[in-house]
Amino acid sequence: MHNGLRVFMPLPANARGPLGCFGEGAFFRRSCNPYFTVASFTLDSFFSRFRNSLTLIAIVLVQVLALAVQVQRPAEDAAGVEDGRKVTLLRRWVLAVVTPFERVSHGTGTGVRSAWSSYIALRHTHEENKALEQEIARLRTEEAEFAEDAREGRRLAALLQFKQHYISSTVVAAVIGTSGSDRARILTLDKGAADGLKPDMAVMTPDGVVGKLRDVQSHTSELLLLNDPTSGAGVILAATRIRGILRGTAAGQVEINNLTADSRIKPGEQVLTSGGDGVFPRGLPVGVIESIAPDPVHQPFTAIRIKPYANLSRLEEVLVVTGSQEGLPPAAAADATLADAMAEANKRAADMVAERLPSLHEDKDATVAQPAQDQGNAAAPPAALPRPRPVLHPDRYSPDSSPPAGEMQPGAPAPSQDSDSKAGDH
Amino acid sequence: MAEHSYTSRRELDQYYFHPLVTVLVPLALIVLQAILPRLFPRVAIFDLPLIAVIFFSVARRSPIAGALTGMGIGLFQDGLTNHPFGVFGIAKSIVGYLAASIGFAIDMDNLMNRAALTFVASLLQSVMQLLIERLMLGDKSWRVLPLQGWPLHELLRAAVSVAVAIPLFLLLDRFKQRD
Repeated sequence: MHNGLRVFMPLPANARGPLGCFGEGAFFRRSCNPYFTVASFTLDSFFSRFRNSLTLIAIVLVQVLALAVQVQRPAEDAAGVEDGRKVTLLRRWVLAVVTPFERVSHGTGTGVRSAWSSYIALRHTHEENKALEQEIARLRTEEAEFAEDAREGRRLAALLQFKQHYISSTVVAAVIGTSGSDRARILTLDKGAADGLKPDMAVMTPDGVVGKLRDVQSHTSELLLLNDPTSGAGVILAATRIRGILRGTAAGQVEINNLTADSRIKPGEQVLTSGGDGVFPRGLPVGVIESIAPDPVHQPFTAIRIKPYANLSRLEEVLVVTGSQEGLPPAAAADATLADAMAEANKRAADMVAERLPSLHEDKDATVAQPAQDQGNAAAPPAALPRPRPVLHPDRYSPDSSPPAGEMQPGAPAPSQDSDSKAGDH
Repeated sequence: MAEHSYTSRRELDQYYFHPLVTVLVPLALIVLQAILPRLFPRVAIFDLPLIAVIFFSVARRSPIAGALTGMGIGLFQDGLTNHPFGVFGIAKSIVGYLAASIGFAIDMDNLMNRAALTFVASLLQSVMQLLIERLMLGDKSWRVLPLQGWPLHELLRAAVSVAVAIPLFLLLDRFKQRD
C-alpha cells in the first residue's frame, strides 16, 4: 500500500541494542521513542495521501530546473538561438525519430504532384505556352532597359569603390517538416552538413529572404524563419537608406522596432538586407513596409510592420546561400558583359535608323530654337542654335529685315516693301 | 464498504493499453502535427499531442501516469521547436495530471464531458505556456498580445481542438483494453 514511501520503520525488539530502552540516549533512539513511531505513521499517511500532488510537484520542479539550466546564457542568447551541447544532442535524437517519417511524407507528396503535373495538368499547356512566349517578349524589352540601368549602376559603384557581396553558390533544399507549433516558426529542410550547410547560413527564395539556418545535422537542418520571435536581421530601407533591425513577433509578424518616428518612412517602401549582421548578403529583398505605428511599450520607438515578399507559411523549396564573394561571380559577369554588348548594339542600331530616317528632328529643333533666337537669348550656347535657311523672296517679315527695336522712332513711317525688296536683291 | 465501492468504480473506469499503442499513438500524432502544417499552415492552430495526453490520462485514471505521459510527450514536442526543453513539458504535465484527476469525478465516456475537458485543457495549456515564456523565460515578444487578440486566438484554438478531439477520441477508444 505504502510501497517505498515510508520514512521511519519501527524496528523489531531484538534490534534495539544490548541495553534495550534503557541507558543514555535511549530516548533518542527511534525504536524506543513512541513519538518517532507516531511521526513515522504521520509521514506515511502524508506521503500516501499527497502522493499524486507531490509527484506532480517533483515533475514540474525537475523541468523548471532544466529550464533554468538552459537559459543561463546572456540575454541575447537567451532567446534560444543557440543551444547548449547536451540540449542540441536531445534535439538531434528527437529529430532523428521524426525526420524519417517526414521524408517519407515529403517523398510521397512529391511523387503525387509529379504525376499530376506530368500527365493530368498538361491540358492547358498550349495556352500557357503562348502566354509565356508573350511574357518572354515583354521581358526582353524590359531587359534591354534594365541593362542600361545596370551598367550605369555598376559604373557609379565603381566610382564610389562600393564593395558588393554577391551570392556565389547556393544549395536548393526542400521543406519536409515543421515544428508543429505556431509559437515556434521552424522548418525542417532535407539538406544538412553533408551538403555543405552550416548554422547561420542565409536562406532565401526567388522572392526574397526567408530566414537562416539554426541547427544543422548531417542530413537535415532547421530553418529559423524571419517571423519567429527569436529571429533577427539587419535591414536597410531602400529609399531613405535608414538602417534597422528586423524581428519576428509572437503573432508571426515581421517588424522593425528599433527606429524612432521619422516622417520620411512611408508604407510601401522596400526593405533590403543591409549586410551588417554578417548573415545575409547585402541588398537581398526582404519585403515592403505595411504599416507604421507607435510602439505602445517602447516609446519613442515605432513598430514598423513589414510584409515579406516570400510567403513564409507556404515554403516548399528554398535556396541556402552557401557562399558569397566580392564582385560578380563569373557567370553573372559574363551575363553583364553580354548585356553591355547588347545595349551598345541596340544603341548603334538606333543611331543608324535615326540617320536613315528623314530629318524630322532637325526641323523640330529649328522650330523650337527660332523663338529663342528672336528673343535674343544670349545664354544659349551658339553651337546648339540652328541656322535659319536663307529666304528666296525676302519681305518685311523676313528675319533681319526690320531694324533693331532700339533704333526705331515712335511715329516714324515703316520702311516700304520696295526698299525691302531692293535691299533683299542687293 | 465505501472503500470497496470506490475501488470498484476505479476498476470499472480504468483502461490499459498495449505498450505499442502507448508509444506509437503519441508518436504518430506528433509526426502528424509536424507534417500537416507544411501542407496546410492553418492546421498548426490545434495540438494533436495534447489530445493524446488527455486521452491516455483520462483512460488510465492515474494522475501520476497522466503527469508522466504529459511530460514525455511535451518534452518530445519541445525537441521539435526552438524553445528550451520544458515549455511544453511543464504545461502538458499539469494538463495530464488534471485530466486524470477530473477523470475520477465525471463520466468521461460522455461526449460533452470530453469536449468540455478538451476545451479547458487547451486553454490551460495556452495560459501555462504564456506564463512560462513570459515570466520564466522573459520573452518580451508577448507584449502586444492584447492588441493582437491573443485571448480570442486561444479560444479559437480550444474550439478547433475540441472539433478534432471528439472523432479522434472515438477512434482511439478502439485501443482500450481491460485488465
